[in-house]
Amino acid sequence: MNRILEKVSVTPEIFTMKIEASGIAKKRKAGQFIILRVSEKGERIPLTIADADAAEGWIELVVQIVGKTTKLLSLLEPGEEILDLVGPLGRPTHIEKVGTVVVVGGGVGIAPAHPIAQSMKAAGNQLISILGGRSKDLVIMEEKMRAASDRVMITTDDGSYGMKGLVTDALQKLIDEGLKIDLVVAVGPPVMMKFVSLLTKKYDIQTLVSLNTIMVDGTGMCGACRVTVAGKMKFVCVDGPEFDGHEVDYEEMMQRQCMYREQEKESMDRCQSE
Amino acid sequence: MEEKKLTPKERLEIPPQRMREQTPKDRIGNVEEVPFGFTEEEARIEASRCLQCKTAPCVQGCPVAIDIPAFIKLICEGDFEGSAKKIKETNILPAICGRVCPQEEQCQKTCVVGKSRKSVDEAVQIGKLERFVADYQMKNCKPEAPHIKASTGKKVAIVGAGPAGLTVAADVRREGHDVTVFEALHKPGGVLIYGIPEFRLPKAIVEREVENLERMGVEVKYNMVIGKIFSIDELLDGDYDAVFVATGAGLPMFMRLEGENLNGVYSANEFLTRANLMKAYSFPETDTPIVKLRNVAVFGGGNVAMDSARTALRLGSENVYLVYRRSRAEMPARVEEVHHAEEEGVQFLLLQNPTRLIGDEKGWVKQVECIRMELGEPDDSGRRRPVPVENSEFTIDVDAVIVSIGNSSNPLIPDTTPDIETNRWGNIIADEVTMKTSKKGVFAGGDIVLGAATVILAMGQGRLAAIAINEYLSTGEW
Ligand SMILES: Cc1cc2nc3c(=O)[nH]c(=O)nc-3n(C[C@H](O)[C@H](O)[C@H](O)COP(=O)(O)OP(=O)(O)OC[C@H]3O[C@@H](n4cnc5c(N)ncnc54)[C@H](O)[C@@H]3O)c2cc1C
Ligand SMILES: Cc1cc2nc3c(=O)[nH]c(=O)nc-3n(C[C@H](O)[C@H](O)[C@H](O)COP(=O)(O)OP(=O)(O)OC[C@H]3O[C@@H](n4cnc5c(N)ncnc54)[C@H](O)[C@@H]3O)c2cc1C
Ligand code: SF4
Ligand code: SF4
Ligand code: FES
Repeated sequence: MNRILEKVSVTPEIFTMKIEASGIAKKRKAGQFIILRVSEKGERIPLTIADADAAEGWIELVVQIVGKTTKLLSLLEPGEEILDLVGPLGRPTHIEKVGTVVVVGGGVGIAPAHPIAQSMKAAGNQLISILGGRSKDLVIMEEKMRAASDRVMITTDDGSYGMKGLVTDALQKLIDEGLKIDLVVAVGPPVMMKFVSLLTKKYDIQTLVSLNTIMVDGTGMCGACRVTVAGKMKFVCVDGPEFDGHEVDYEEMMQRQCMYREQEKESMDRCQSE
Repeated sequence: MEEKKLTPKERLEIPPQRMREQTPKDRIGNVEEVPFGFTEEEARIEASRCLQCKTAPCVQGCPVAIDIPAFIKLICEGDFEGSAKKIKETNILPAICGRVCPQEEQCQKTCVVGKSRKSVDEAVQIGKLERFVADYQMKNCKPEAPHIKASTGKKVAIVGAGPAGLTVAADVRREGHDVTVFEALHKPGGVLIYGIPEFRLPKAIVEREVENLERMGVEVKYNMVIGKIFSIDELLDGDYDAVFVATGAGLPMFMRLEGENLNGVYSANEFLTRANLMKAYSFPETDTPIVKLRNVAVFGGGNVAMDSARTALRLGSENVYLVYRRSRAEMPARVEEVHHAEEEGVQFLLLQNPTRLIGDEKGWVKQVECIRMELGEPDDSGRRRPVPVENSEFTIDVDAVIVSIGNSSNPLIPDTTPDIETNRWGNIIADEVTMKTSKKGVFAGGDIVLGAATVILAMGQGRLAAIAINEYLSTGEW
């Protein structure tokens, strides 16, 4: 069960992993995620299902190494198994034909943006993708996103690829071009989602964001993933992960993401010295 | 072994055997179980206190009606294994119930010995005896292989591997039906594994019980969230002839206070899950972190609050405050747990209620503001309603808060199966005798039906459901 079929390193920090998981592959929809655990002493971490093939029975994850668990995952080789894998979790993205959809993916957030772009396109929307990264090699999955989009714009912070600047600059450009945008879907670091939402709010463009809070069970049992949306407490794992970008309290969410910074560092340092 | 003949009067004079325990000082330094359990000698003396009442009022106090005098008699006779088998006729998890049942409210409450000694505390300690024989059997006897009837070819899906689900699994499997248990987490036991701490219920016991079920041919599938990977309809349209829903009550409630999302604020579920299921007490040996808690406030007065407070102590907290809005007499927690918590140094702030949480500039909780309460008129529950004393606010310094005010029902199943009726709290409505829901072929029991209840009540409903499921599968009549 949960056998690793393929592992490809995209950058030194990002890799993709194909895992045999026929049940999940059959069921998953755009926007959903899994939770996995790599060892008996391991932590449960959520990762978005970036791609899947129901017929072949696999799912694909795109993972950025940021701490111990993602590091341990990156050390597993094809043929090995993932101890625990549960999913699909979360509500699927609401897919509908609305007209023109702009999907904004930042960094490893491009991975979860991919199935959303695919489904939105399949539903008959005109699809524009904006892919952003700090530098050229952090703009991942370009080919796949091109295949799913009518138009792709790329931005890098350092100008090493595409236009120099942030994803919000590209979005502003589209707005300035006079394009009528019906929906923006933003997936990436919280700051990015925050600024995208601030921009779209100005132009009154409906915006969905996909939140990546800390999680434990992923079934609504613990409340670790709670966020404030429109003044109300929501649990990202069961009410989300997607929410109206204009209503999310990003400051609170970012602050909660740092809750274990000290311990995470301790864990990673130990892991590296081992 | 020969049993001494004693007169009832002599029996009544035997003082209760007190179980030896780890000292409070020792035990807050580890996560081992607090009481050591009876020796054979102690168990036999305790058992000899039972009067073998013909009417056995104790049995009526037990939600699953264990034949209490019979199992106690076997202890007196030194037949510990036989005693365990006797209990298992009606309760498949005696090692667990013996430890966590609120016996003083159930079997022991009605015991004649307690009545005549004028204190529930002096009743025959049925739960502790139950624990003794169950432990004895686990340690010294070959695992039982209960008789399983010839295969019927019928299949039952059970959703949730908590006490309700596990009970149904055993009772339905014995009739020869195939049983698959779908569990959302990576371990079985439900609250027994993620909620109730190791020092009260060693996890090895739960694992052993589940191994027994697997030996009976029950299949447990982990990491399966029903409602997501399969809906109930898909289970019924697919392989399964009946479904039992036992998903528990896990959806933590918060108090809607200002500052509840500050860093360092946990629901009891999260806190206990991190500590128990994910073994955060061994961090960084294990990978799941928990915040450093020097001064902790726990809100609530039930078993869950006690477990949280005592777990915090074991994680190294210096000051653990338990803030409860009523007085001690109204605390819903078991007396024994309150007593243990107090011994270990939990500081009770009674008749006080939190009003807001105050954070520092980095978003970490640093203070709790509370208000004093006084007891007014009795409310619907018959308990006197606490009312705030005006202008009596004060603050306590904390670096973590654990909110332990209860759970509401998890909506995953009702949301994806609209034809299962729920009440206004989101609990599944089930017939009291058959545990049938409004949907044909679907039964439900435990906390998802009762709201937050107890292990033995969940198991009691499981037994009822199993009888009805077996009947339904044999007759096909709904
Ligand atoms: C719905 C969802 C989808 C996600 N999808 C992806 C994805 O497709 N690809 C990807 O690379 N990352 C994804 N993430 C983030 C990923 O879960 C974290 O990077 C991972 O948990 C880090 O674990 P670690 O032990 O390697 O690092 P740690 O050192 O433990 O943590 C590094 C940072 O990751 C976050 N984090 C830590 N623990 C958790 C946890 N249990 N749950 C969530 N976040 C945590 C915190 O912000 C933390 O500061 C997703 C998160 C969510 C909630
Ligand atoms: C901290 C704590 C202490 C307690 N102390 C005591 C005590 O001392 N004595 C006592 O008698 N009672 C105690 N209780 C209450 C008791 O534990 C519960 O009443 C009992 O466990 C309920 O059993 P259950 O089988 O209905 O549900 P649970 O034990 O909650 O089990 C439900 C199971 O279903 C799984 N599940 C949920 N949703 C799904 C899904 N969609 N698909 C698949 N699986 C799913 C869950 O992961 C879980 O494993 C305590 C409770 C807590 C939280
Ligand atoms: S199961 Fe609980 S109530 Fe019944 S006899 Fe045992 S301890 Fe008492
Ligand atoms: S009521 Fe007490 S004394 Fe009587 S049979 Fe039950 S346990 Fe024994
Ligand atoms: S992760 Fe536990 S409730 Fe969402």
